[in-house]
Amino acid sequence: MEELRNKFPGAVEAIDTQFGETTVTLKKESLSRVCEYLKQEKGFDYLSDLTGLDLGKEAKPRFAVVYHLYSIKDCRWLRLKVLTDDAVDTVSFVWKAADWFEREVYDLLGVSFNHHPNMTRIYMPDDFNGYPLRKDYPLAGER
Amino acid sequence: MTELDKMLTIDNDSGEGVMTLNMGPQHPSTHGVLRIILKLAGEVVIDAVPVIGYLHRGIEKLMENRTYHQAITLTDRFDYLSPLSNNLAYCLAVEKLLSLEVPPRGQVLRVILAELTRIQSHLIWLGTQANDIGAITPLLYTFREREELLDMFEMAGGSRMHTSYIRIGGLEKDVPPEFMPKVKSFCDTLPTLMKDYEGLLTKNRIWQMRTRGVGVISAEDAINIGLCGPTLRGSGVAHDLRKSNPYCGYENYDFDVPVETAGDVYARYLVRLEEIRQSRYILQQAMDKLPGGPINAPISQVVPPEKERVVGDIESLINQFHIMVEGFKVPAGEVYFALESPRGELGYYIRSDGSEKPYRIKVRTPSFANLQALPALVKGRLMADIVAVIGSIDIVLGDVDK
Repeated sequence: MEELRNKFPGAVEAIDTQFGETTVTLKKESLSRVCEYLKQEKGFDYLSDLTGLDLGKEAKPRFAVVYHLYSIKDCRWLRLKVLTDDAVDTVSFVWKAADWFEREVYDLLGVSFNHHPNMTRIYMPDDFNGYPLRKDYPLAGER
Repeated sequence: MTELDKMLTIDNDSGEGVMTLNMGPQHPSTHGVLRIILKLAGEVVIDAVPVIGYLHRGIEKLMENRTYHQAITLTDRFDYLSPLSNNLAYCLAVEKLLSLEVPPRGQVLRVILAELTRIQSHLIWLGTQANDIGAITPLLYTFREREELLDMFEMAGGSRMHTSYIRIGGLEKDVPPEFMPKVKSFCDTLPTLMKDYEGLLTKNRIWQMRTRGVGVISAEDAINIGLCGPTLRGSGVAHDLRKSNPYCGYENYDFDVPVETAGDVYARYLVRLEEIRQSRYILQQAMDKLPGGPINAPISQVVPPEKERVVGDIESLINQFHIMVEGFKVPAGEVYFALESPRGELGYYIRSDGSEKPYRIKVRTPSFANLQALPALVKGRLMADIVAVIGSIDIVLGDVDK
């Protein structure tokens, strides 16, 4: 993964390995370019999962969007991570599978995806107020 | 210009001749509470928009407020037709965080339970898919056999559907002595039963007309849209996590990954039938190699002591109390673990902050990923085909809606 640093100077913020899993933290501006490259050149043809994290109200930036790419040929996963406060670019043009996953993140965490073809809620009703998976959203009772 | 193109043109120009029809959420063939908004030109589907969330219970949020041990019961509620696969995926993910290894007997028992679950799930799929298309008899057959499998689950874990039997570090308890003979006799009768199912369907002309060439998707599109499990393998992609990223010692079993290239409903039917056979084959190997010994990892901070010891000595009682009430600390970090559930890639992404409760759990449910492909599969087909296609992607709405 070190070659990502050379290929996209300035795009990679950190690379670390834990429990045998590699995580590449990217600058959010270069996300779609790197994803395109990983799919076309590195064989990560399958998007296993896409999700979001609320790092807490005090954290700057507050949210992380986490991508789990999979290469069917090489049988391995790669985790990408992008930090943001409000929005990142969609990758639904790279993998169609991202469409619903991104809507789910938007619905439950309130991170939106630029240029997404249909950025609407997926689980909660359209007129629902708030984002349930945020850490400051209560488990029960009045909001 | 074909007949279909003409219809589509009408839609694009003025919207005339297009009917919007609401299907579900209360509809027997949607397998739960799936709602689909259809745009139809006559009987031809121009567009289909699935509307989901009717069964959303916020399980991921609930898990953040439970200890790792308590969260096991919630995993049953995702895919309620294969609860043991859910338990297993969650426990293996947590075990990865804990860097914990389950003893050989526990591993083999887990494989046995996972494969029984696969057979059980595929039997329900077979019965309901056939029933949706109009063949009622297979449903009666497959539910008869499913009952036997549920009896086995009850025998082992005490519960038929929401088992919570697989625990972090192993299993709740060892299986009773009468369990293995029951599995064995089931495996012995299965080929005869399979002949019954296939005799009713495989060469049945109506069945073939309703399933062949319906809901076709190419391998490339299937990968791009995130299809998984038997639905992906029906399109000619030989991808099975039991082979590609083995867990629980699957690399020590000899089995094939069935693949069909047609990519239609019939291909998925053939794949799942063959998977039942392969599962039986794995079960037989597992029963042969089942070793003795402990089923749980010897980590007293994580695995509760046996019941006899809990009522016998005070140390074990206190230990049990700590695990059940306070939970145990899990090292900080994040893991993604996925296994091959009957429906496809079931993945758990767990982020731990080092406390007793998970900071965030995201479940990558196979039904959610598969349902996303529905519009692509039904566009341009007849309305009646929707029912066949929904059956063939084998969704469980609890799994879709979380």
